[in-house]
Amino acid sequence: MSDSAAGAFDPSRVLWEERVPAGAHWSGVLRRGNTLRVTDSEGGANVSMLLYNYEDKLERYNMADTLKGQHTAYLTKGHVCYSDMGRVLCSITADSCGWHDTIGGVSNAKMVRRKYGEARYQEHHNEYFRNGFDSLVNELGKYGLGKRDLVANLNLFSKVSVDDDGNMKFNEGNSKAGDFIDLRFEMPTLVVLSTCQHPLDTASEYKPRSIDLTAWRSGTAPADDPCRNACAENQRAFINTERLFA
Amino acid sequence: MTSGLTESTLSVGDAAFREVVPAGEPFMKEITKGQTVRILDLEGNQAVDTLFYSARDPEERYDANNTIREQGNIYLTSGTILRSNEGNPMLTIIADTCGRHDTLGGACSAESNTVRYALEKRHMHSCRDSFLMALAEWDNGLSKRDLSSNINFFMNVPVTPEGGLTFEDGISEAGRYVELRAEMDVIVLISNCPQLNNPCNAYNPTPVEVLVWDS
Repeated sequence: MSDSAAGAFDPSRVLWEERVPAGAHWSGVLRRGNTLRVTDSEGGANVSMLLYNYEDKLERYNMADTLKGQHTAYLTKGHVCYSDMGRVLCSITADSCGWHDTIGGVSNAKMVRRKYGEARYQEHHNEYFRNGFDSLVNELGKYGLGKRDLVANLNLFSKVSVDDDGNMKFNEGNSKAGDFIDLRFEMPTLVVLSTCQHPLDTASEYKPRSIDLTAWRSGTAPADDPCRNACAENQRAFINTERLFA
Repeated sequence: MTSGLTESTLSVGDAAFREVVPAGEPFMKEITKGQTVRILDLEGNQAVDTLFYSARDPEERYDANNTIREQGNIYLTSGTILRSNEGNPMLTIIADTCGRHDTLGGACSAESNTVRYALEKRHMHSCRDSFLMALAEWDNGLSKRDLSSNINFFMNVPVTPEGGLTFEDGISEAGRYVELRAEMDVIVLISNCPQLNNPCNAYNPTPVEVLVWDS
């Protein structure tokens, strides 16, 4: 992506930067017209992510609508994340990784204990073992949301492919150090995430990875935007979205 | 899951409950632990959008991701354990004469119809409308917030190794069914899909029958 492209990364327009450590959870609000770059700082990161319209949190990322609207089972550059109200929460304007998982779900306490053993806060302080489900519930609680709102999530940087018989396979090494994905927000969005390992991660040890977040003022989607024009479905979803801000 | 077709051992004459659900209508009923529920595709190629909630604690509900991940396969068929958001078994598919069922395609809604087909399709009847009306009638505090990723019994949504996803013609026929044994007390919430714009119902939504046997 050349620097001259509309909405491309521009260091002079950066609003904030933040590192999210391995195994941590984070939430924040991204305004319409701002882009969030999520960077895999060490390689092998997983980011379990949920998205809500910040002005009406009943409107949220909808896995099924996102997939069937774009005839895809995974996400990459050119795709958008649909809400359950036929609108676009964010567009993927750049992606050096190539595949982000939409079907694997999140890890939970029982699974982490079974796979990696136990490491409590009492003995390990902030190196204790966390899991995706509890981490997301923890962040959701800050906004009056909870388990009921923990819908099917994204897993950035992870690849789960499906063979002709439907068998799911976690693909190791999908994301390298420095890989990134740019999410341009089309509405004010509550982003909730956990950097715990993917539930299908084949590694035998607890080893989540850190990520870097960089937000910048990119502007909204122009008329000739590749995400808007990727398919007729996306064009209609952008019309629905823009009516909300008309 | 390999699509092993499994016939039921139950006799229709022994069913404790039978009800035909016309296309475009919701259905909601408590199924107690040990009971068996059958969904019967009366005329063929009908999509049956289905959600399950724990009857004791509706915050515990069917979870599509947990279900497919724990069996390592995206299709539901005989032997599939339907898991909750807490990871607990809710129901087990004990018979299936269709072969496989979808849980990635979700439910149609007025809003998703505008995106998928045309802005003017907003006013066509949809599964989410049926779900919302059923929840309103149930009157236990559940709302759109609680409409998570559902099962589409009899629906065919193949995913390719390259990551493509399409709605294909159904693989069900008249008389095919899926049967589930409840592993906890559950509320089943069905929308018998009214969709007219894609092949999930062969463009012709038709009735299904729900049967329940006591343990």
